[in-house]
Amino acid sequence: MFIIFVVNKCLIKMSPRIKRNRKVLNLPLIKGFKPYGPESGSDKKEPVILLYEEYEALRLCDYDMCNHLEASAIMNISRPTYTRIYAAVRQKIAKAFVEGRQIVIEGGKVYFDSDWYHCESCGCYANNPDKEKSLGNCPLCGSLNIHEYDYDNENNLTDAEESCDNVCICPECGYEQEHLRARPCNSDICPECNTPMVRKNNNK
Amino acid sequence: MKVAITSTGNSLESKIDKRFGRCSFFVIYDTETKSVEFIPNPNKDAEEGAGPASVQLVATRKADKIVSGEFGLKIKPLLDSLKIQMIVLKEPERTVSDIIDYLNH
Repeated sequence: MFIIFVVNKCLIKMSPRIKRNRKVLNLPLIKGFKPYGPESGSDKKEPVILLYEEYEALRLCDYDMCNHLEASAIMNISRPTYTRIYAAVRQKIAKAFVEGRQIVIEGGKVYFDSDWYHCESCGCYANNPDKEKSLGNCPLCGSLNIHEYDYDNENNLTDAEESCDNVCICPECGYEQEHLRARPCNSDICPECNTPMVRKNNNK
Repeated sequence: MKVAITSTGNSLESKIDKRFGRCSFFVIYDTETKSVEFIPNPNKDAEEGAGPASVQLVATRKADKIVSGEFGLKIKPLLDSLKIQMIVLKEPERTVSDIIDYLNH
């Protein structure tokens, strides 16, 4: 029983880091490629599956002529990860060409996005479908008071505001001390009146 | 350039609809000729697939922008690939004529 528990613990600790979502700006126009010629349909070979992120990596590097650093920034991943994805896509396409397999473009850990903007004067949110040029003025009211909208930042701000203070307080006498991370407040005893402490302003 | 606005009624004084796929009316406004066209939404009571069907309706009218309160999950990638701009207005009190005034600035 204990061994199983330890093995489980190890598995939890050893699990790989979760993949980041890759940002894909342009969807492919087609769902894949089929080979043609007398040999193409002779035996039912498994198609090569190209993930959306791999298609995007190929498009950015070989069609848009970005370098790996620029392309990785566009896809919101690190440069080494981008290079690994790019290496995988070349390997897959070469395999499909040499072995005469179909290419299917599907799947992958991606999200489709275009940049979002927020206008201060009319209060609208707008996206920018044309990636080549940035949005100069608001598409609705035409004002120049427009800035890029960062969804993650705005959400983190409200989370921090809603969470409780980083201070432990004694419910009896009101003695306060700084909360230590990863240490439950009630394991600390108030030095003034010996009651367990609680978290101050706990809104959870 | 044509702009599609989702509306709750078929007059210029009606308020904009918060939903895109199941809105009551689409208002197609042409910024060059200043013409306004009201189209009743056939997908208003559809159980599913109202969003993509509405995108198709708007795309056949060659609109470049859509003004609405919210866009669903399935619609965003579709509009991205059609290069139609989404404008989200989180104020349901605005009327269609307000939006048209904004567009004329």
